[in-house]
Amino acid sequence: MSATTQSPAGKQPGTGKGTGKTTGANRAGSRGGTTELVSWKAGVGLGLLAILGTVLFGFLANTKSAGFRIAEARDPNASSTAAWITLAVALAAAAYVGFRWISQRREGGGVDRWIPATTIAAIVVLGLAALGVARVEKITVPSMVFGWICSVLLLALAAYACFLTVQRRKVPAWVGGSFAVVFLAGFMIWIVAGGRDPEPSISLAGLMAGAVTLAVPLVFGSLSGVLCERAGVVNIAIEGQLLLGAFSAAVVATVTGNVYAGLFSAAVAGALVSLVLAVVSIKYLVNQIIVGVVLNVLISGLTSFLFSTLLTADPEHLNKPGRLQAVDIPFLADIPIIGPILFRQSLVGYLMYVAVIVVYVGLFHTKWGLRVRAVGEHPQAADTVGINVNRTRFINVLMGGAIAGIGGSFFTLVSVDAFSKDMSGGRGYIALAAMIFGRWNPIGAFLAALLFGFADNLQSIITIIGSPVPSQFMAMLPYALTVIAVAGLVGRSRPPAADGIPYVKG
Amino acid sequence: MTLGWDYPLPCRPQRAGADPYTHRLVGVLKLELKGITKRFGSLVANDHIDLVVEPGQVHCLLGENGAGKSTLMNVLYGLYDPTEGEILVDGKPVVFKDPGEAMAAGIGMVHQHFMLIPVFTVAENVALGNETTKAAGLLNLEATREKIRRISDQYGFDVDPDAMVEDLPVGVQQRVEIIKALVRDAEVLILDEPTAVLTPQETDELLDIIRQLKRDGKSIVFISHKLREVKAISDTITVIRRGKVVGQADPTASPTELASAMVGRTVSLTLDKAPAKTGEVTFKVRNLTVTDHNGQHVVDDLSFDIAKGEVLAIAGVQGNGQTELTEAILGVQPHVAGSITLDGEELLGKSVKHVLGAGVGFVPEDRTLDGLVGTFTISENMILDLYDKAPFARGVGMKPGVIADNAARKVEEFDVRTPSVSAAVGTLSGGNQQKVVLARELSRPLRLFIASQPTRGLDVGSIEFVHKRVIAERDHGTPVMIVSTELDEVLQLADRIAVLYRGRLVGIVPATTSRDVLGLMMAGVPAAEAEASASAHASGATTTAAVSEPAGHEGESHV
Repeated sequence: MSATTQSPAGKQPGTGKGTGKTTGANRAGSRGGTTELVSWKAGVGLGLLAILGTVLFGFLANTKSAGFRIAEARDPNASSTAAWITLAVALAAAAYVGFRWISQRREGGGVDRWIPATTIAAIVVLGLAALGVARVEKITVPSMVFGWICSVLLLALAAYACFLTVQRRKVPAWVGGSFAVVFLAGFMIWIVAGGRDPEPSISLAGLMAGAVTLAVPLVFGSLSGVLCERAGVVNIAIEGQLLLGAFSAAVVATVTGNVYAGLFSAAVAGALVSLVLAVVSIKYLVNQIIVGVVLNVLISGLTSFLFSTLLTADPEHLNKPGRLQAVDIPFLADIPIIGPILFRQSLVGYLMYVAVIVVYVGLFHTKWGLRVRAVGEHPQAADTVGINVNRTRFINVLMGGAIAGIGGSFFTLVSVDAFSKDMSGGRGYIALAAMIFGRWNPIGAFLAALLFGFADNLQSIITIIGSPVPSQFMAMLPYALTVIAVAGLVGRSRPPAADGIPYVKG
Repeated sequence: MTLGWDYPLPCRPQRAGADPYTHRLVGVLKLELKGITKRFGSLVANDHIDLVVEPGQVHCLLGENGAGKSTLMNVLYGLYDPTEGEILVDGKPVVFKDPGEAMAAGIGMVHQHFMLIPVFTVAENVALGNETTKAAGLLNLEATREKIRRISDQYGFDVDPDAMVEDLPVGVQQRVEIIKALVRDAEVLILDEPTAVLTPQETDELLDIIRQLKRDGKSIVFISHKLREVKAISDTITVIRRGKVVGQADPTASPTELASAMVGRTVSLTLDKAPAKTGEVTFKVRNLTVTDHNGQHVVDDLSFDIAKGEVLAIAGVQGNGQTELTEAILGVQPHVAGSITLDGEELLGKSVKHVLGAGVGFVPEDRTLDGLVGTFTISENMILDLYDKAPFARGVGMKPGVIADNAARKVEEFDVRTPSVSAAVGTLSGGNQQKVVLARELSRPLRLFIASQPTRGLDVGSIEFVHKRVIAERDHGTPVMIVSTELDEVLQLADRIAVLYRGRLVGIVPATTSRDVLGLMMAGVPAAEAEASASAHASGATTTAAVSEPAGHEGESHV
């Protein structure tokens, strides 16, 4: 080529975060003499939280100790064996991943994205298994001492973040991560120590297991959101899909006397809500958010009406669905702490794991997923390579509805064995928040939903043991977290580019 | 030069099937369009167009913006259904219901606005719609990467399959588009205005690629309104005007002849203007720096002056800080540092209203987005800046009569073609919309006039008109700043040329500077170095920039 004038497409550090909106590649390339515009968001945010933490955990701490009970095993022998095996597996996994991390670091290249998260997971499992092996039944910590330790750590981390900002350097992710962990630990100790008993304690395993259970409808709801929005359709109707799913699961399971028929009908009901959303918003181009909100109101009204006219009149024949029993997975359920949390679920709970994995692999590792994401990012580009944009969207919205419907069946088939008015209680909206917090990624949405489920369960446990914080404040946590996530403290949450924009050919 | 013929010719896998057009040999796809008509409501975008693309030829479609070139190609590519007419591949009629079928028949298209997904890698973009899969539908991107590397080597593209598309320069993105077509075994490649976003040097590289493709037996349909490139590359030229084929032209025809065929009347490609009579320097920019939300300096330490009665043209490839520069002067950029003075008064940090009040006339680069309110009438758009001042307003009330009279006068003066001044501006053609913007901005007494991309998307007639008004304003003694990515426009209007590259000033050079030098400067080469390099290359073979332009003085005034 004569006189090649391409500049080397140099990547700057942190390209992954910042170049989302750059138009024209000339801007995206490296440019000498630029000063990184360092944001004070991290420093100031962490600083404020650290001060809050110091006041609460340090100055406001009381002299009681906080106890965390580790669940007692049903079968000590099986539990012990499972714990040893888990310990061995976790040790091997942690060693392998750690080795990969170090060797990749040493080669100088970047570390694979999955490695840090996997390492942390392996170490957590390792620690829990160790607790099981040691047959620890209860951990008791003096709240005053630990409160101050946490406060100092928080202040140190915040100061480090501020120092980096002054030095015009980026605050690394681990600072925020460790800050969150320390804050959570301090918060738990403080809140438990504030209980009414002279020696207050809570069951850690119960807390976690409850969190996973409460997260089930949220996970299904957020997966529904991920499926729809990755294809470019905003699904506000998750709330309605959950509610109609719950309603039809209750009625069909009662009428047929078969809970599995109820489960299936919940999926159909969710898909029906989606059908309306899809037809009106994709075919007739009505604003997707308006359709979603209208659907929610419509279904709330419809189910309330049918509930008060039909179901309350004859609950025996219409609203007594029976329950999907929890099923233990052999061996896995015996692992101390982890087993009861993850592997003593109902069928709906196991379906949740399957759904998360299937949606994740589907979206990011299959031909179908590539096409779906293309449709959500740049529908015209997808069209020009022969992908039917609106059909893809239609199918995805229907699938999303079915998944949210299954989530709704949790309310009537697992949680409570009867339908009651507006029983989804706004969880569809929290699911939406989980999807955004999880950055439109099924695994992220799953983790965010777990966090929200945790906040939800913590709230009810705190109410039981009595605590300095009014439980209403805890109920605000999911929303507060979402505001923080969207405000960008955690990083930029970027929706698919064509999200919410109808595609009209030509 | 990286040559393609050292490598084996790509072997088209023989696809089995009963389709009439799957059994063809390399490079013998003949494409015919017969009587293609496309109507959108009452608008006839294509009117019985006949076109034959011979195998191994570069066939140029020449026509103004809005002549119907892109519509025709979208019909051919299966994006639009033709209202009438048929498409023949190797003599057999075919119907493409969607782009997938067009691609299967061996037709590939590189759109003017790239059809690439910014957050996907090159490999993912190339694979999309044509994925290789393992069992259970799992993606096999390695196979795609392999194909990309093969094509990339063959044509010297230098494309990394794992690069994220949004991080790539525009020229490389275009190659990704070409790879997309080649991976799908395209025999006919449609390039829609491919050079609009390229520097002159990148354009030369693209033309080299096209020559290589042609040698490999591909046919190219090259859509453009830029005469220089069309003359440099084409074997056959078909001129389209107002949706109709007005004739074939020979690549040896003079630019003036081609332009006249394109517009339908004799046009003057050069602008008569007297030498500038520069007065005192009244507009000064010092150390202007604009920072974007990522902390990048999109305008970096810029200093220049403009004197009364001269035109300073800001040249550069799109996206090198021009938008931010003009917006900083107008006062709509948030993070700015430095100084901008007009007649000694500091403008930086002042409100837009204040800046306009100081006598700055501004034609924004996107008239539909920033220049006009599409649903407002012409008369309302004429007073967007003066709506609250006498004589158009009294107290809180507006005076519709005065406003309408003002509009009627301006419409007359600026030759806006409209049925009525109460028509919504959005219903006018691009040229007439631009005249409305000009009429508004030039109706105040000005002390500085800034026009950004003043003729983008306009027909030749309107371009002449706009250029004349700009020069008239200059001769009136106003300092004028023109921002343009079209080198032709820069060279025609400028008294001095400032070249921007990545937000920095590469240099300010006289208007007599050659295209080669300017092209190199637009790629960031300093002026002195560019001079040296350009003179060394002056004998170089096939640069479009070397095609000289005869100065035709047909002297026809506008429309």
